[in-house]
Order: sequence, then structure tokens, then C-alpha cells
Amino acid sequence: MTLGEGIEAAPITEITFWILSFSTVISAIAVVQLRDLFRSALFLIVTFIGVAGLFILLRAEFLAAVQVLIYVGAISVLIIFAILMTKDLEEGSAFHTMRVPLAIISIIFMGLAIYSISSTNWNTLTAGNIQPSMNNLFANTVPSLAKLLLRDFVLAFEAVSVLLLAVVIGALALVRER
Amino acid sequence: MTLERFLIIGAILFSIGLYGALTKKHAISVLMCLELMFNGVNLSAVAISRYTIPYSMIADPNHAAISMLTGHVFTVFIITVAAAEVALGLAIVIAIYRSRDSILVTDATEMKK
Repeated sequence: MTLGEGIEAAPITEITFWILSFSTVISAIAVVQLRDLFRSALFLIVTFIGVAGLFILLRAEFLAAVQVLIYVGAISVLIIFAILMTKDLEEGSAFHTMRVPLAIISIIFMGLAIYSISSTNWNTLTAGNIQPSMNNLFANTVPSLAKLLLRDFVLAFEAVSVLLLAVVIGALALVRER
Repeated sequence: MTLERFLIIGAILFSIGLYGALTKKHAISVLMCLELMFNGVNLSAVAISRYTIPYSMIADPNHAAISMLTGHVFTVFIITVAAAEVALGLAIVIAIYRSRDSILVTDATEMKK
């Protein structure tokens, strides 16, 4: 599938993109602004699902599945468990006194990031410089991803497995009753 | 334009997460906003890997197209490290809550004294 042709230029893709991005951003704002911690955790799940949909629009179906399994399935359940175990719900998630200057700093950061994104001359794929191998690559990313992960990045892969083992042991040691 | 709008969504997500992580008092809220920041970064990495060409491929057109998927590999590692981070962070939060009966990050001030 060439860029800018076929399904990627269809109106339904545009509509899907705008729906997904609006729901993602609005629920991200709700995560920050709602006082009820449990509801903001539920809006966090909406944000994760929206990002998974954007991954599908970017032809990264495997990563969308991983996002749903790990973020929506595991991390949000862990966060909700922690919220329910620590009964500070009635106080809600308050802001501290530095709220306004930090909001200004975040907005300035967002403006700078958007300015630098839009003023950079990105070296994007066009119909002129696209190669057939690139088209085939995004038709099915999983075999190429496996090759990269287990050949070029195998050291990082092993390091991550050691990290996960250390985290499991550390979490057990931290929450153990003494 | 198609690359830029994905990157802008990623930047907006990162900034919202940054604002929340800096201003929230509740420790679990801070962890949730960190997850928002991770998601913004992941979205940018996947978008860049979808739409741009590595410089090694411009110099040598026969260079393997597989290197375009480096952003996907980065995203896999970021998701793994985020899962590890949130598991350990929640364990620390619960240990702090047990020992002092408060979950606000503004109450954990022993390091200042």
C-alpha cells in the first residue's frame, strides 16, 4: 500500500484519525483534571485505547495489540488495585500550590514542541522515493520486528529480561510483611 | 502533514502528562501522568518510523528496509520498561502508605531534614 493512495487517503481514515485523536486528548485532560481518582484511572484506559487505535492507523497492528494487552489489560488493573488498596479516595487528587506556574511551563513546552515539529523539514516517504521493499515491510511487520528484536537488538532484549526479573524480586521484597 | 499531526498529538499528550506529573499531590496520580508521557513518546516513535526514511537508506538504496522498524523496537522496549516502572512504583507507594498512612508525595519529606 503506497502512501497517500488507497485506504490511507480515504475520508473514513481522516474521520477515524480525528475521532481517535480528540478522544485521546480530551480523556488525557480528564485524567489530569478530575478530582475523583478512580474516574481519572478509567479515563486513562480510554487514552490507552485511543493510542492503540492511532497505532493501527500507523500500520503498527502488533504494537496496538501489545498496547491493549499490557496497558489496558495489566497496567490499568494494577493502578486501579493500588487506588482501591490505599483508601485516600475521599480526599481526591489535589494539586499543590505551584499549579499555575507549572501549567504555564507545560504550555510553553507544548508550544515549543509543536513549533519545532512544524518547522522541521522531515524527510518523509513520497511516491518518488518509496521502494517496493518498504511497501512490503509495512504489509506485515511482525517477522521483520522479530528479526530486529532478536538479531540487532538482542543485547537490549536480554537486558530487559534481567530488568523484569529484578523488578519482580524488588516488588515482592518491598510489599512483603515483616 | 500526515507525519506532523501524529507528532503534534504525541507532543500534546506528553505536555498534559508533564503538567499532571509536576502538579499532582497524590502519588498514584503522578504515576498515571507518567504513563501519559510514555504514550506520547511511543506515538511519536511509531509515527516517525512509519513516515520517514533513515539516512543510511538514502545513501545506499539497497540498505535493508527493515531498519525502518527501529521505532517499533524502541516502542516495545519503552512499553516493557513502563510496565516494570509502574509495578515497582506502585509497590513503593504501597510501602510508603503502610508505614505513614498517607499517600501524598508532599508528605514524604524525610530527605529534607
